Amino acid sequence: MKIPYYPGCTLKKDALNFEESALAVGKKLGMELVELPRWNCCGTVYSLASDDLMHYAAPIRNLIRAQELNENRIVTLCSMCYNTLKRANLRVKDDEEALTTLNEFMDREEDYRGEVTVLHLLEILKDEIGFEKIEETVEVPLKGLKIAPYYGCLLLRPKEVGIDDLEEPRIMHSLLESLGAEVIDTPYKVECCGAYQTASNKEAVAERTYSILTSAAREGADAIALSCPLCDFNLDARQETVEEKYHDFERMPVFYFTQLMAIAFGLDEKVCRFDLNYVDPLPLLSKINGRDTLKMNKKKI
Amino acid sequence: MAEKEMVKIYIMNKEHEVPVGLTIMEAMEYAGYKFIRGAGCRAGFCGACATVYRKKGDYKLYTALACQTAVEDGMYLSQIPFVPANKATYDINKMDLKENIILKYYPEVARCVSCNTCTKACPQDIEVMDFVQASLKGEIEEAAQLSFDCIQCGLCALRCPAEIPQYHVGQLARRLYGKYIEKPSKNLEERLEEIKKGKFDKEMNKLTKVGVDKLKKAYVERDIEDLAGE
Amino acid sequence: MRHKFPVNETQSKFTEKIIEISGQNVRKCNQCGKCSAGCPLADQMDLLPSQVIRMVQIGDTSVLESKTIWLCASCFTCAVRCPQGIDLAKVMEALRLQSLRKNIDHVKPSAIPEIEKLPQIAVVSSFRKMTSS
Repeated sequence: MKIPYYPGCTLKKDALNFEESALAVGKKLGMELVELPRWNCCGTVYSLASDDLMHYAAPIRNLIRAQELNENRIVTLCSMCYNTLKRANLRVKDDEEALTTLNEFMDREEDYRGEVTVLHLLEILKDEIGFEKIEETVEVPLKGLKIAPYYGCLLLRPKEVGIDDLEEPRIMHSLLESLGAEVIDTPYKVECCGAYQTASNKEAVAERTYSILTSAAREGADAIALSCPLCDFNLDARQETVEEKYHDFERMPVFYFTQLMAIAFGLDEKVCRFDLNYVDPLPLLSKINGRDTLKMNKKKI
Repeated sequence: MAEKEMVKIYIMNKEHEVPVGLTIMEAMEYAGYKFIRGAGCRAGFCGACATVYRKKGDYKLYTALACQTAVEDGMYLSQIPFVPANKATYDINKMDLKENIILKYYPEVARCVSCNTCTKACPQDIEVMDFVQASLKGEIEEAAQLSFDCIQCGLCALRCPAEIPQYHVGQLARRLYGKYIEKPSKNLEERLEEIKKGKFDKEMNKLTKVGVDKLKKAYVERDIEDLAGE
Repeated sequence: MRHKFPVNETQSKFTEKIIEISGQNVRKCNQCGKCSAGCPLADQMDLLPSQVIRMVQIGDTSVLESKTIWLCASCFTCAVRCPQGIDLAKVMEALRLQSLRKNIDHVKPSAIPEIEKLPQIAVVSSFRKMTSS
């Protein structure tokens, strides 16, 4: 099956490790993610003012790109893009006047008819492919790995766009189980990483990183799995800032869930682009039985 | 002699009657204005004569190059000889392409709301929003190629609600592309060596001493390669 | 903190404006504190989220000078937990917009440390929430 794919800016550069592993994993499952042509930045985070319309032009323009291809759905990997696109979509579907004004403003585009659905890859894995099929596709079970799934905020909140329960989601838990990993549930799995505060106030984020990762470590986790390049930067790269304040802090590798899928499917490790992970995950991965560790140049922090 | 057809235009809101068939620049000069800024090549290439105008009865604001656009009846004209868009200082020799360079020097690019106003403002029909988006994505080659026809008139930056200096961003993308991404031209390097070694010194010296008239004649009679490749 | 009652016209105009832009009826808040309890950044804030709502209720414009509205990470934990259904994230945005819509940047794009090392998503979202709209 082919499905139009919306990457979002970061996945084309800093988070190529997310994109490449996802595309490879999709292919293995018989799903081709076809990048949308001429897509633009979704403009995250979703605009929350009741009188704002301009900030919906960016997400809606991307839905028009799908519409131009006669497609009625798109899949995203980044939680923030998912949230922004889906909320904008709901906004204009609910408000005909807003949609008309937007369409008139974007006079060089065809009118958006409100018929495109925005999906996150995890939804497709659960509802269309099924965790059973994923389990069958596993060649190298992640036995020996204790992974704490981290959902963050925008995949689940607000309720109308969330892909799972607000407080006790289980979708990534189930996915990781089907990969053969030992899943560690943690109390901060849905608590914010600090998001965009990382640009102007990295110390605020470092506090969040410290809380989230030490809690996961206390519960016995070896690593985190997540689905958002901003969460990834905050929980992975910002560990360096954590160490500046908390000298007893122990580093923990952070994975995109698709990287773990790629390892479990026995795919060539280069699709995981571990060189873009900040904390080196390879020593941990050598714990998996029956797996050859590939030595690569890594982006160290 | 037939009477010349005239049209009414408004230069900074003052009404003038000018003949049909003149460009905006010629019409303003006909009306008695002298350009000491905001005019250059008069051939649509230097970007100096940025113009914003409106037509009577229409609410839209249009943009144009004064030297390339014919006057129309009911045009309300405003010239923009200079756009004070933010220009970053950088050393092109010290760039690390693994980083988000364009974001480093033009962080405003991250404020883009994809409204497409810049594209609509461009007198060169460039897809400006597309190259700004390419810059944000870190796709330097794409940004360089898409912005190739830019003449730095500044109209995009003027109208941008996010205050992005699109034309400076495009220029940085093209410079990065030329310096770090584009394959070096072997022919150029060889020619530069030849020049350094003085291969063309004798010819150049001859030309500089020949005098203006002989030079003009030589130019007019020069050997031009047939485009058909004869 | 003592507040004078009844609320005067300037104060109620401010309250109305925030209600309009956020689309949230802040008057429903009964100060239960669930939002503050769940806020991941509350320990770093000067005012708790529930205190911010109280100040909006009575029209105390000094709430615009708090660190809180700028420390908010738009995580929506408060919004989904409020028993009265108030979307506090929208209230925080409305408060930020009071200065952002006056062409005032809260963070300066040219002053982001090591911006070239940040993923684009961090810069885009930071500017969306904290530079002029």
